[in-house]
Amino acid sequence: MDNLVWIFISALLVNNFVFFYFLGLCPFFGVSGKLETAFRLGVASTFVMLITALCTWFLNTYILLYAPYLRLISFIVVVASTVQLVEMIIKKFSPTLFRALGIYLPLITTNCAILGFAIFATNRGYGLVEGIIYALGAGGGFTLALILMAGLREENELSNVPNLMKGTAMSLIIAGILSLAFMGFSGLFSS
Amino acid sequence: MANAYDEFIKGIWKENPVFVQVLGMCPMLAVTNSAINAIAMGVATFFVLLGSSILVSLFKNLIPKQVRISSYIIIIATFVTVADYTLLALIPEVHKELGAFVPLIVVNCMILGRQEAFASKNSVGLAAADAVGTAIGFLFALFILGSVREILGNGSLFGISLFGPHFEPWVVMLLPPGGFIMLGLILLFFNWLTEKKESLIKNG
Repeated sequence: MDNLVWIFISALLVNNFVFFYFLGLCPFFGVSGKLETAFRLGVASTFVMLITALCTWFLNTYILLYAPYLRLISFIVVVASTVQLVEMIIKKFSPTLFRALGIYLPLITTNCAILGFAIFATNRGYGLVEGIIYALGAGGGFTLALILMAGLREENELSNVPNLMKGTAMSLIIAGILSLAFMGFSGLFSS
Repeated sequence: MANAYDEFIKGIWKENPVFVQVLGMCPMLAVTNSAINAIAMGVATFFVLLGSSILVSLFKNLIPKQVRISSYIIIIATFVTVADYTLLALIPEVHKELGAFVPLIVVNCMILGRQEAFASKNSVGLAAADAVGTAIGFLFALFILGSVREILGNGSLFGISLFGPHFEPWVVMLLPPGGFIMLGLILLFFNWLTEKKESLIKNG
């Protein structure tokens, strides 16, 4: 039990995917303009991570034992088809949500946080339950980072920023300061 | 020939994938805590980009439009697997430090971007020239960020100490926040260069 809590907290705060591993930076900088969309993208990514966790566990246990060199190709195919599947399910059962997510849904395929999650989970040899908990933590951490960044950027819209600093340079330095703040969590599990 | 040269040169400076287009940031920031890691990553990306650009360009008339993105991704994933195993065999220490970031070259948006925007529409020669230019631009950016972070954070370059024993290392530069902030500052410098050039042109 302790182990599962550790996995969750570690993925959520200490080793946050965005601020510690630099994963999922494209959506992190691209979609963090508005709080609303940032939150929805985070939830959709978490959902894809959960399904990916199930599929990678299945692949690792039953298939990749015999053909380890196919790992990367099979993972990327799993991620791409999961995203496609999620897209179809959401479209069928909740057209409103589908419209709200718009272009961000297919773009989850090229989100390195998802593939990174699958590779990390495999490298650490997580089982089914651990994998699912890890997916929840990692997805939650990604959502948290997106929301924090979107909130800060909404505030920044109104402030007077020097011309040279506008755009990505500004966002990168904000992200650097946030990352510095998240490093404070690394003392959480020193023992 | 002049045409191929243009495609080659534009990726290095005018359309540098990192400093100008801000693509491929995930591997960029994650592996640049030392110059040698940065170069290994850059060379692996070079190989993958060149190989997949040539292949995509060769097969551009055979791949149906509807499934082109998935086909590109599978081509890229194949080359990444080759690069991953090659690095593991040749330089295991560096491969260990790069860790999961070698397989993650698959989702480097810069590579998929070049296939979709360039290789799928041009001849093999042009596609190769474009790939080499873009990859060298990426390698150049990785090397700058990696060496600046290693010099400030460790006082060394390629593991060779530069400032002697009394140097107080700026450790935060090796940690994740240093990567974000240093790339922000480098982008700031590039913005400044561009603006200065524009004002020079405007004032004659």
